[in-house]
Amino acid sequence: MQPEKQSNSPAGKFLQSVSEAALVPFLAILTAVIIGGVIILVVGGNPFAAYMGLLQGAFGNAKAWSETAVWATPYIFAGLAVALAFKGGLFNIGAEGQLAVGAVVSSLIGYALPGWLGFDLPAIVHLPLTVILGMLMGGFWASIVGALKAYTGGHEVINTIMMNYIALNTTSYLLNGVMKDKSPTNVIARTPLIEESARFPVIFEGLRIHWGFVLALLTAVFIWWLLNKTTLGFEIRTVGLNPDAAKYAGVNVKRTIILTMLLSGMLAGLAGAIEVTGLNYRHELGFSIGYGFDAIAIALLGKSHPLGVVLASFLFAAMRNGATRMQFITQLPVDLISVLQALILLFVAADAIVRYIYRIKSKGERVTLTRGWGG
Amino acid sequence: MSDNTTTPQVVLEVRGVSKQFPGVLANDNINFDLRKGEIHALLGENGAGKSTLMNLIYGLHRPDKGEFIVNGKPAVIHSPNDSIALGIGMVHQHFMLIPVFTVAENIMLGDETVKRGSLDRAAVAAKIRQISGQYGLDVEPNAIVGDLPVGIQQRVEILKTLYRKANIVILDEPTAVLTPQEAEDLFRIMRDLTARGVSIIFITHKLKEVLAVSDRITVMRGGRVVNTVTPAETNSAQLANMMVGRQVILTVDKQEREAAEETLIVENLTVRDQRDLETVHGVSFSVRAGEVLGIAGVQGNGQTELSEALTGLRHPTGGKVTIAGKDLTGKTPRAMTEAGLAHIPEDRQRHGLVLSYSITDNMVLCDYYRPPFSQRGVIQPKALDDYARRLIQAFDVRTPSPFVQAGKLSGGNQQKVIVARELSRKGVKLVIANQPTRGLDVGSIEYIHSEIVKMRDHGIAVLLISAELDEIMALSDRIAVMYRGQIVAIVNAKETTREKLGLLMAGAHAETA
Repeated sequence: MQPEKQSNSPAGKFLQSVSEAALVPFLAILTAVIIGGVIILVVGGNPFAAYMGLLQGAFGNAKAWSETAVWATPYIFAGLAVALAFKGGLFNIGAEGQLAVGAVVSSLIGYALPGWLGFDLPAIVHLPLTVILGMLMGGFWASIVGALKAYTGGHEVINTIMMNYIALNTTSYLLNGVMKDKSPTNVIARTPLIEESARFPVIFEGLRIHWGFVLALLTAVFIWWLLNKTTLGFEIRTVGLNPDAAKYAGVNVKRTIILTMLLSGMLAGLAGAIEVTGLNYRHELGFSIGYGFDAIAIALLGKSHPLGVVLASFLFAAMRNGATRMQFITQLPVDLISVLQALILLFVAADAIVRYIYRIKSKGERVTLTRGWGG
Repeated sequence: MSDNTTTPQVVLEVRGVSKQFPGVLANDNINFDLRKGEIHALLGENGAGKSTLMNLIYGLHRPDKGEFIVNGKPAVIHSPNDSIALGIGMVHQHFMLIPVFTVAENIMLGDETVKRGSLDRAAVAAKIRQISGQYGLDVEPNAIVGDLPVGIQQRVEILKTLYRKANIVILDEPTAVLTPQEAEDLFRIMRDLTARGVSIIFITHKLKEVLAVSDRITVMRGGRVVNTVTPAETNSAQLANMMVGRQVILTVDKQEREAAEETLIVENLTVRDQRDLETVHGVSFSVRAGEVLGIAGVQGNGQTELSEALTGLRHPTGGKVTIAGKDLTGKTPRAMTEAGLAHIPEDRQRHGLVLSYSITDNMVLCDYYRPPFSQRGVIQPKALDDYARRLIQAFDVRTPSPFVQAGKLSGGNQQKVIVARELSRKGVKLVIANQPTRGLDVGSIEYIHSEIVKMRDHGIAVLLISAELDEIMALSDRIAVMYRGQIVAIVNAKETTREKLGLLMAGAHAETA
């Protein structure tokens, strides 16, 4: 055994673990930014102007900040969903579908429930109900995959992808059919607006930032607490790291797998429910431009740590939000942002490259994203 | 070999080699020589520097100081390719074989024989047959490696080195994965090899094997060579002392004790394995409070499935298991634990530990949900920390802090963490220990044996399953012999001998034995 520097105080230990965990993602971003700059140069742009434009667009004024936060909100929820599943040894590729079914149920409850009941609901009842039912729908959708994994060994990667197809096509069918906004001017696949009583109040007049953003940050804290400070979190992590040892230790592995997927799906469902109740006030086909898929990247970049997920969400939100401004200033296509994101991801996923470039010694074990097929 | 009057030819000499790793001097001025046609054992505890030295010879690391002389000439070894070219081959403890390939494909891998652009399997197979005939290494070149027993897979590894014309073969802990019979076979092969001029470096920490098979023995401790001796001039106790650096008690001190009520009762238990084949056929026995019942047997005679069925990891297909008066047949591991079972599992890294968890978390792996470790579903870090520190001290786990990941501990310390966790739990009535000292060094074995005897002396029932006959004989009050899924005999430990047990393990009936 080789002795190594080891801080014994909890605070020192925390700082040490944070700096160690953040090092590779940070260098991955740095490398991507440098290579992105070279690409900008090659296509005839000015990298400094482009990046300045990106920063201005993302953080230049109160409105820019607000829009970045608006982008970050679904990213945080969906990123936490994927990260939680990773912690439990499951690869939830289905956040996109879970988000969609959550949004469908939320919008339905939001616009139709008072009509069904025949009376108006106070916001204190209607809003939580709308959010919670959307969240539960996402959880239910994912827990089907969890149950398939636990009882038949069906691999969650395949099954979440399949469930995505079912979710997205069903959503399309509903939004073009029974749930379609019937107002005469409407031609697109979207639901009617939800009732006022199902909407989050605005925080600042004139800015789109909403309470859902605050809820997202609180949820991140809650998930951190759940994973690290509760027996349930201990069980999820143990099953994720070593299911054989978990079984030996008396953990109900099947139940934990289902529960992990349920919680993961609930977080993704929340992403959808919050977009409906906090921002759009309806569900519209194509409102989610791949939040559920970006969430995988965010969870990876954030090393599946809730704080990391929040930071990574901000990065992705800033890039998405600042892209327009960058395009306006430099005439560079917005697609460049996708290239930049892909580069970041490439370097995070293939951290061996980053370790090689910066001569960092590998430490500890690597993150197991998913175990072998049916394993 | 050694009684040759002419000076024996030295094929490999290590002169003053040192290797520093961050924070540890793994090899400190090592001098070592290997003569032609000898088996030279390299003995030492885990972390003594044996593996480092071999990695230097094999070119996986470069020494900071010193030189190697191969066949009388100074040798430059910068990579395994260099050492292979010099005729050095290595068989690693964990085999480097591809299970879905045939023996021939595995052997030619990296050194393929090609005929008109495609692999010339026939030529390779013929060459393998020729080599295996020459050295008495029976292997079918067209067999799929994954289908072969471990002992035969090891032969494939040895063949691989001979195929590359090695005349110096390094065997790294070769018997760790073998049954006693397979080990005997290996020793025969080793002697055959040396008779044909191959020289062998045999790395191990098992004293008996060293004395049985080697021509010379070099003992290492703390990165240094302690001494080089011949088996004739030494004995187990002396070797153990050299390895550990202090007096070691190899025999277990055990007081006579009256066994009380039956704590574990197994009736007519049948168990099926992964492939749904019945591997335990209607086994019945009981373990009393205050006694150690040892289950002896060659690996693979149903011991694994039996212990899994008794600890809740596997559903028995028939029969009954009663622990401390409660029918626990087919119950979950948690129900078993709560009824008073402490389980030291066969595979410590697969079942016993979460390697990336801290020692603290591993210390409460089975009890995390109970007060004082948790209150209403919330983990109490202070209680965990106090408990872990107490156990680390009480069980002498060598670690700088309880935050260290279990995976970073040595095998002996990992096992101590498991033993500490299992034996310290409140209300333990039955201990099931499966291969509790497999792969451990002498010091750790001594310690774990004394802990098991301590449990017995405190009136706890102990079921010990082990492939090491010496361990079974040293610790057990009664010995059950398992053969092909059945208990063929239960004998009193004091009234039996190694030979009798060996016959029973090989399938002879109690009457004839």
